[in-house]
Order: sequence, then C-alpha cells, then structure tokens
Amino acid sequence: MNQKRFFGQGLPRLDLSKLTGKLIVIEGADGSGRSVQIAKLTEWLEAKGHAVAHVGLRRSTLVSEELEQAKQGNILGKTTMSLFYATDFADQLENRIIPALRAGFIVLADRYIYTLMARDIVRGSEVNWVESLYGIALVPDAVFFLHTGARQLVERNFQKNGRLDYWESGMDLGLANNMFDSFIRYQKKIQHEYKWMEEKYGFKVVNGNRSIQSILKDFKSHLLPLIDPTDPDLAGNKL
Amino acid sequence: MKPMPKEETGVPARTRLDVYDSYLLLLTSYFLLLEHEVFVKLAVLESGLMMCRMNPLQDHPPGKLIAVEGLDGSGKSTQIYLLKRWLELQGMRVFFTEWNSSVLVKKATSKAKKRNLLTATTFSLIHATDFADRYEREIVPLLRAGYIVLADRYIFTAFARDVVRGNDPLWVRSIYSFAVKPDLTFFFKAPLETSLSRILDGRPTLKYHEAGLDMGWTIDPYESFRIFQGKIFEQYLGMEKEFEFIPMEATGTIESQQQQVRNIVSERIDLQRYKTLRRQ
Repeated sequence: MNQKRFFGQGLPRLDLSKLTGKLIVIEGADGSGRSVQIAKLTEWLEAKGHAVAHVGLRRSTLVSEELEQAKQGNILGKTTMSLFYATDFADQLENRIIPALRAGFIVLADRYIYTLMARDIVRGSEVNWVESLYGIALVPDAVFFLHTGARQLVERNFQKNGRLDYWESGMDLGLANNMFDSFIRYQKKIQHEYKWMEEKYGFKVVNGNRSIQSILKDFKSHLLPLIDPTDPDLAGNKL
Repeated sequence: MKPMPKEETGVPARTRLDVYDSYLLLLTSYFLLLEHEVFVKLAVLESGLMMCRMNPLQDHPPGKLIAVEGLDGSGKSTQIYLLKRWLELQGMRVFFTEWNSSVLVKKATSKAKKRNLLTATTFSLIHATDFADRYEREIVPLLRAGYIVLADRYIFTAFARDVVRGNDPLWVRSIYSFAVKPDLTFFFKAPLETSLSRILDGRPTLKYHEAGLDMGWTIDPYESFRIFQGKIFEQYLGMEKEFEFIPMEATGTIESQQQQVRNIVSERIDLQRYKTLRRQ
C-alpha cells in the first residue's frame, strides 16, 4: 500500500500511515464535464462495493457561506481571496478528506489545490508563495485533468447555464471589455498554468473533447489498477 | 546570456591567459571585462527583481508603519493609543489598525470560534485572511498615501500564536511573506506574571481560544491561559533579534514609557514629513 505524503510541511500531529483510502482528484474548467464523470464514476465504484466520498471547492462548513458572499461583491483583494479559499480547503482537508481516507473511502475531489493555485498565480501571486501555502495538502493518489478547448468550454457553459460565469471569465482581471473575450483569454491563461503543473505534479491528461462514454472508459482504465489490481474486469478488459 | 563559470572570470582564468601573446591577452581581457560588466548588471537586475517579488511595496512607500507587539496586559494598547493621540494632536496623518478586525472576515471568524470549528491550521489561515483583508484594503493604500500607520499587533502575533498551536514556523512565516516589515516594532516585554495578573486579577470570562483551551492542556481556563501566554512569551523572546524588535522593559510609569516611545519615534522618523497639508 502506498504511503500517503504531504506536499510540504503538512498538518501538525497527523499519522499518515492510518490513511488507507484513496484520494482521486479530477481537475478541469467549468464545462469540462467533471461533474458528469464524477457521478458516473461514483456509480461504478459503488457497484463494485467501494465507499465513495465527495469533496469540492467552496464546500466547507467553516467559510463557504462567507466565500459565496464575497464572490457576489468582488470586494476582496487577491491575497485575501487566496487565503479565504485556502481556509476553505484546509477545513475540508481536515474535516472531510482525512477522516474519509482514514475510514478507507475513495475520495473523489471535484477540483483540488491545482485550480486554486492556477487562479492565484494568474492573479499575480508568486508560485513559491502558493506552493508553500498548500504545503499542508495531501498528495493525491491520482490527478486527472480533463482537458477541453476554450471554445468548447464556452459552448458547454452556454448550454448549461445560458451564460458565462463572472469569475470563470476572469472579469475581475480586466482582460477584455466583454465577457466572451475575457473568458477565452482567462481560460487560456489558466491552461498555461495547468501546463507546467501537469508535468510537475504528474497529471493524467484526459481529452475532454469526446463523448461521455469514451472519457469514462479512460478514467476507469486508469483507476482500476490503482484501486483494485486484482479486479477481474482488468484482465478481461471489460471496462 | 548564461552566467559565466567562475574560473573564467576569476584569477585562474587570467593565469591561463598568460601563455598567449599580449595582443590576444588584451583582446580577451577586454571581452572578459565587457562580459563581466554585463554579468554584474544582470546580477544587479536580478536581485532587484527578487526584491520586487519579495516586497510588494518595492517603490518605497512614503508612509511609515509602526507596530506594537506583546502579551495581553503588557500595556501595549495603552502605549499605542497615547502615541496616536500625540501624533494626531500635532496634526499628523495617522491611522490606527487592530488585529482581528476586518469586518468582512469577522463574521466567519466569530462563528467558527463559537462553534469550535477551528483547528490549528484553519485558525492560522482564517486569521491570515483577516489580516490580508486589512492589509490590502487599509494598510497598503494608507502607506502609499503617506500615512503613519499604527498597528496594535501585527504579523508577529500570528507567528507566536500559530507556532504555539503547533503549526510549522516556516509555513506560518511564508504565508505572511506578502506583508511589509514594520519600520518600527515595539515589543512590550513586561514579565509574564505582571501581564497575567493584569488580565486575570479581574477574573474575566476568558474565551475558549483566548485561553488556549483548544490545546487541551487543562480544562481550567485560567490555568490554560497561563500556560498559553507563557509559551507565546517564549516565542516573542525568540523573535526579538530575528525581527529587530525594540524591547520596552516594563519599568516605570505609563508616562515615562510613553516618553521613551515618543523619543524613539521622533529619532527614527522624520515626523515633519507627515504633517497634514492644510489650506491657509
């Protein structure tokens, strides 16, 4: 069994050897199809008898409401926003991710520190600063990056919500005087950050410009050896 | 341009060149010098850039930042209040800011504290968020505008408390690395017992985190507070040299201590530059 480890200093007073579950991260922009894949994967894992827990961004009991309010107003500075999100993350890490891993769950994380880091860096934070800030985070057992082109993302966002999101368009950055151009430029900047992270943190890139079924098949074939190397589906190639 | 390997710029390189005729030597040393100069310039440029990255206020803000640090009951709040009055009454541009007071984050912090939702890590991060909000919205703009900013507690409070709670000292320091160092940091060094008795003699209701009850040393809030403050005091003492604190020994009266503070401030800061501009 792989021993869990932290990116940096980690959390005080925590015995990592007791974390027997698996932490699986799925990264990708809004509209890249993360939630659909997570729902399908959950079904598949549960059918195989694995217990699954879900985490995501802005879901902590501690500050999620306040973060939501802050987002409405756009009144926080960039460092404040970074730290607010880091607080939200740390709360979920300590109160959801770690207890679930300790109980042997498979934790599916709908985004993780990489999205937070990319957003911060695009807004001018130092790479070193963000990396040491998230030195408290656990290194996931696998990170998937659903890669989808910016144009495709626009289309899916319109289909899903009928509009583009203010923050996902990076409107606070003043990149363009209209939301469409801003969205495209912002997503390209974010993807530029994902690019170096992909190498440094060993993302498994999954091409998101395909059908739900073929993406899911990719996920399954990557996940199965990690979760259960003895699974008969693996030998029979029945994914 | 790639930085040159050491041996080509230093003495050994020149010794090696002795074998060539003088013309070649001259030519080579000319290029070496040229390259050396470019190299030095690049090095200066790079260290300059480093400074910019490290210090968000690289353009030397015209304002000044004065912080007071020390235990509860050490007398620091009284002293910074009197300093503020003195500066205001002389017509200085002065602004006062307090630890843990950002309106926006306050709601989250107090809710979290009431429900005991905080761990060492989130305690640290939520206070850093609070500080960052005040820093970005008040401290930086005011320093840029040429104010004297007085801070009742600054990042050193976080360094002390968060480390006592078990966070890694380097992690805590790196989180706050966006913050500018104060021009003056007064450390109110009253002996532990003095500070403790000033707070505890009134038998106040100590809040859960204030008493350090989250650490689980003891269930008696007063005893817990003593242990907690003792450990924080040790942290402060350890930082005295690291951050060039100006130690304020708790000897003498409030008045004599204030006189000392005022003397140091007027010695170290050209106060005339901070007078409010008045229309005639």
